[in-house]
Amino acid sequence: MFLFFLTSGLFLGWSLGANDAANIFGSAVGSKMVKFGTAVIIASIFVIAGSVLQGSGAAHTLGKLGSVNAIGGAFTVALCAGLTVFWMTKLKLPVSTSQAIIGAIIGWNFYSGNPTDLNVLGKIISTWVAGPILGGVFAILLYLALKAFLSKTKIHLIKRDAYLKYALLIIGGFGAYSLGANNVANVVGVFVPSVPNIQLDFGFFTLDGIQLLFLVGGISIALGIATYSKKVMMTVGNDLMKLSAEAALVIVLSHSLVLFIFSSTSLSNAIQSIGLPGIPLVPVSSSQAIVGAIMGIGFLKGGTGIEYKVLGRISIGWISTPIIAGLVTFVSLFFMNNVFKLTVVDETIAQVKNASESISNIVKTSPSDNINLFQPLLYSIIILLLVAIIILAIKLFRNKEKIKNDQSEELITKFESQEKLLKSELSKANEDNAKLEKEIGFKRKEQMDIALNIINKNRFLEKLKTKIDKIVSMPEGKKEELKHLKRLIIDNLSIDKDRERFNIYVNELNRDFYFRLLSRYPGLTENEQRLCSLVRLNLSSKEMASILNISTKSVEVNRHRLRKKMFLKREENLTELIGKL
Amino acid sequence: MIKIFKTSKNVIVNIDEYFNHVELGILNFKQGVNHYLDGKATEFENNLNKIIELEEKSDAIIRKIENDFYVHSLMPNYSSDILILLERIDDIIDKVKDNLSQFDVEAPYFPEDLKNDFSKLVSLSVKSAENVVPAARVYFTSPNLVKDKLQKVIFYERETDKLATSIKRRLFKEMDFLKLSEKIHLRYFTLHIEEVSDKAKIVAKMLASMVIKINM
Repeated sequence: MFLFFLTSGLFLGWSLGANDAANIFGSAVGSKMVKFGTAVIIASIFVIAGSVLQGSGAAHTLGKLGSVNAIGGAFTVALCAGLTVFWMTKLKLPVSTSQAIIGAIIGWNFYSGNPTDLNVLGKIISTWVAGPILGGVFAILLYLALKAFLSKTKIHLIKRDAYLKYALLIIGGFGAYSLGANNVANVVGVFVPSVPNIQLDFGFFTLDGIQLLFLVGGISIALGIATYSKKVMMTVGNDLMKLSAEAALVIVLSHSLVLFIFSSTSLSNAIQSIGLPGIPLVPVSSSQAIVGAIMGIGFLKGGTGIEYKVLGRISIGWISTPIIAGLVTFVSLFFMNNVFKLTVVDETIAQVKNASESISNIVKTSPSDNINLFQPLLYSIIILLLVAIIILAIKLFRNKEKIKNDQSEELITKFESQEKLLKSELSKANEDNAKLEKEIGFKRKEQMDIALNIINKNRFLEKLKTKIDKIVSMPEGKKEELKHLKRLIIDNLSIDKDRERFNIYVNELNRDFYFRLLSRYPGLTENEQRLCSLVRLNLSSKEMASILNISTKSVEVNRHRLRKKMFLKREENLTELIGKL
Repeated sequence: MIKIFKTSKNVIVNIDEYFNHVELGILNFKQGVNHYLDGKATEFENNLNKIIELEEKSDAIIRKIENDFYVHSLMPNYSSDILILLERIDDIIDKVKDNLSQFDVEAPYFPEDLKNDFSKLVSLSVKSAENVVPAARVYFTSPNLVKDKLQKVIFYERETDKLATSIKRRLFKEMDFLKLSEKIHLRYFTLHIEEVSDKAKIVAKMLASMVIKINM
């Protein structure tokens, strides 16, 4: 019978798994860093481990809020909370199971007339506020530390991706453990008063009734993760803010730390041992912690990437979840009690409890001895934290703006100076080119001068030769000597050092020209190429003849042949064409 | 999951090798065009063969990298950007290969007055591409330093554009001795060379947006 009634708790566990696993692996799976299958295996193993090993702390606090003393009542409370969570999950809202179960318990309290312990309720609600704030603070600190570490190490992006994948898995495992430890109380916490007193011996270890209850709760959460969590993972991962792998890692770690802090008995004891108030072991809303962490990162980045619409929808879900769960539970309890005649409240236990409470009230000494300083302290810490965060956020935002402006100004000056430098380099190269071109022009001029020199010299020698001819034709005079002189002049005409020098110049300067000429007219001989180079200098046929030491007529014939080889029409000018090559 | 470190190491090596091939390809293109302008046919042919070989190798590497990215879902948030970036860089080596083989097939005639300008055009265009590869390299280790390198790419691309326009203007307004077909042919080659720097600019713009994305 107990197992039948437990099904509603298992349904709630299934809803929790479907919904809250997204908080651990949603960012990783949403950003596609971890495969869904891998996430399911890791989350399932660790969530069960957390439930069995560390689940009792938070369940104890839940029991204080309202001890659902009848199994029928526990069944209805868990069922209503489960249905509320399932419905909200259907709407793709990251709803909190903690809020649903608290709402449902208060609904039961109202129905049964059991007074709600406002002290415990205050504690729980204060953790609902502290959870996201702590998540945000952790996220900001961890993100800054991670960024500083990454910028210092300069790891290759692909290698960094591999590290992040492993880190996401490890931290996801820690998150799943914390979720199991903290939230299994939501799933089976209401059944603790009705659990049968049994003990199972597995040889290596034994599990008592409560531990078995937590094990079953853990398994139901794991089932929820495996069967229905993929949809919500995409919401948390992508809708609220576009997440990078680094941000995803930080968010999961912050969330896990928050959950761990509020469920670790040993941590609470350790803090108490140094004289500080212990941490309240309360089922914290895992969704609130994750949203707080995402918001922290969002604020760190100037608040530009946050999708406020989605955030608004989530916030409405937070307020409406406990109210809806409470109302549904109240109506369902009435229905179960009156239609199915199910015992939802054990009146005898309640009466005994009330009696014992009245006796204990009588026994109590003056009320001034019971002043609870914990709540005002917690509230003042929260308020101080809030103020500090707001001041920090404003300062951070201003600093960021200032740094941004400085950086952009610096960048602009840097770019401007770089551009100036490059321009000066370019102009220097252009100047060098101009110098080289000037040099070429100077050499061309020199070549022209040599050519003219040769021509003038040849003209003078020609004149001298004609005069000597005249003298030789005269009867008187020293004919032999004059003949000797004439021979010398003729020799001088053909073996001229100037000409040789000129030829070298022509060949050197026209190397490119010859290449271009040959590429267009491949059939030209060496003499024709030389003729082309002289045509390029714009010399007359007579001048060319004297340079080449041939007759003017030969030059004319050669020019004609050249025109033919170059397929020139009558109206086309040879000098002009060669000049433009 | 266990193989992820080995795979990422391989991918890093492959990406580095890929960038080396692209850089060598760009340098070969510059050398090849200059050899063509100087009329050194054998050297030009060597450059062309080398560039073809490099392009084939880089194509094979990029396929390997793509495969590793998809199979091992490396950097899921940025993989598509990185693969597109590598493809865009591949466009540069493809372009230089195509250009050089066009020189080989079409054997354009360059008037002497333009040779110097063409050599300068190639040098500027190649400088733009030369600067974009280190920028892509640095993206993987220090994304914040990418911007410094991109400024040079944009500068050289602009200078290439200016020079290309001036070459085209000279071709059509001053060089009457060239046939129209020759002018159009040379204009195409100006465009081809100019496109190398255009491709580099596309990569530069992509890198700039990727840096913003990774810093978000």
